[in-house]
Amino acid sequence: MSAAPAGYGQALDLVTRVRGVRGAMLVSADDGIVVAEQLMEGIKGPAVAALAGSVASRLGRALEAAGLGAGVFWHLQAEQGALLVVGAPSGILVVAVAEPDVNVGLVRLELLRAAEVVA
Amino acid sequence: MADDVKALSSQLAQDPDSLVYLRLGELLRQKRQLDAAHRVALTGLERHPHLADAHDLYARILADKRDYERAFDEWDMARRIAPDHVGALKGLAFLYFKVGDVAQATVHLEAAQRVAPDDPGIAQALALARGGGRAAAAEQALAPSPPPVAASAPEPLEEKQVFAGLEGAHEGLLLLDASGRVLGGALKDPGGARDVTDAVAAYLAGVSQEAARTAKLLSLGGWTALAAEGKQGHVHLTALAGDVLLLVVRDRSVPMGRLAVIAQRAAGAARRWLEQQR
Repeated sequence: MSAAPAGYGQALDLVTRVRGVRGAMLVSADDGIVVAEQLMEGIKGPAVAALAGSVASRLGRALEAAGLGAGVFWHLQAEQGALLVVGAPSGILVVAVAEPDVNVGLVRLELLRAAEVVA
Repeated sequence: MADDVKALSSQLAQDPDSLVYLRLGELLRQKRQLDAAHRVALTGLERHPHLADAHDLYARILADKRDYERAFDEWDMARRIAPDHVGALKGLAFLYFKVGDVAQATVHLEAAQRVAPDDPGIAQALALARGGGRAAAAEQALAPSPPPVAASAPEPLEEKQVFAGLEGAHEGLLLLDASGRVLGGALKDPGGARDVTDAVAAYLAGVSQEAARTAKLLSLGGWTALAAEGKQGHVHLTALAGDVLLLVVRDRSVPMGRLAVIAQRAAGAARRWLEQQR
């Protein structure tokens, strides 16, 4: 497997340095394949990437159908944590896995910054 | 219209579990492409055997093909799944008129009128039946002639009652099941001119299963909500009991945090409504 571009590591660092973020991934929006990752041990990156890509795609189509334009940010809230996603213009999804009490606004900002880095 | 068939076929190919097949099947039926409509309806029925609208669509196609016996079975099945299904009640009344059983036809028409009091076809057929009019004329009023495409989509059940009194009840709140079937409420685009209920519901079919699997893979427990920010507005999806989903949609002037508060309030109303239905 070829090494990911240096900018990808920088993008992931922006996200994982936020307190409460357990890990981050860059995922190809088209096929749900992991491009780069910084995840805690035990997290099944490829499976999560595939599902995150699929959920993002469905939500994106629902947003378009509702006349709300392209999707910018997605937030899956669960009892013991959250998955937060921002789509970059390059077709890469920046994904964060976080604790339930994470500062969502801050993670969103860092995901948007990371998306600019990989754009 | 050919483009519509192509677009709907393409949507269905991308997501075979989508309910868009109901619109495609109805469109093909209207175009009198009954064999193609039959294939689409049957494939959809195999994927959604518990969906009353799937049986209703298939029954209309069978009736068009003059296969009245099987059409009766399908409308009967639709009514067993959803006793107040207007399409099924009208379809059964149509078939009873066909065999000359005006009394049974009237019973079904009266049931349909209780659910859809403003349906002119039901009122006309009922007047003819009660007034001793010709069965053929009543039959004609009920015949599954091509209705507008939108009328073929799943009919919201008592939508006005679900979110009564809540802001956005008729353009920004929607209750749907896991397979994308609308239970109540309605959605309009930000301009308020276009009804987008069915399209949005169809795209959200299956999203709850994927959200649940994602949360499970990450050991996050059960998922509670899914929020998405678009360039012109936001949506907030709440997981209610029994795989029922509540969708709240607002334009960008409503911040996502406030959207969650609105969703919480609407969830209370939806839960009460669901309890009443059980």
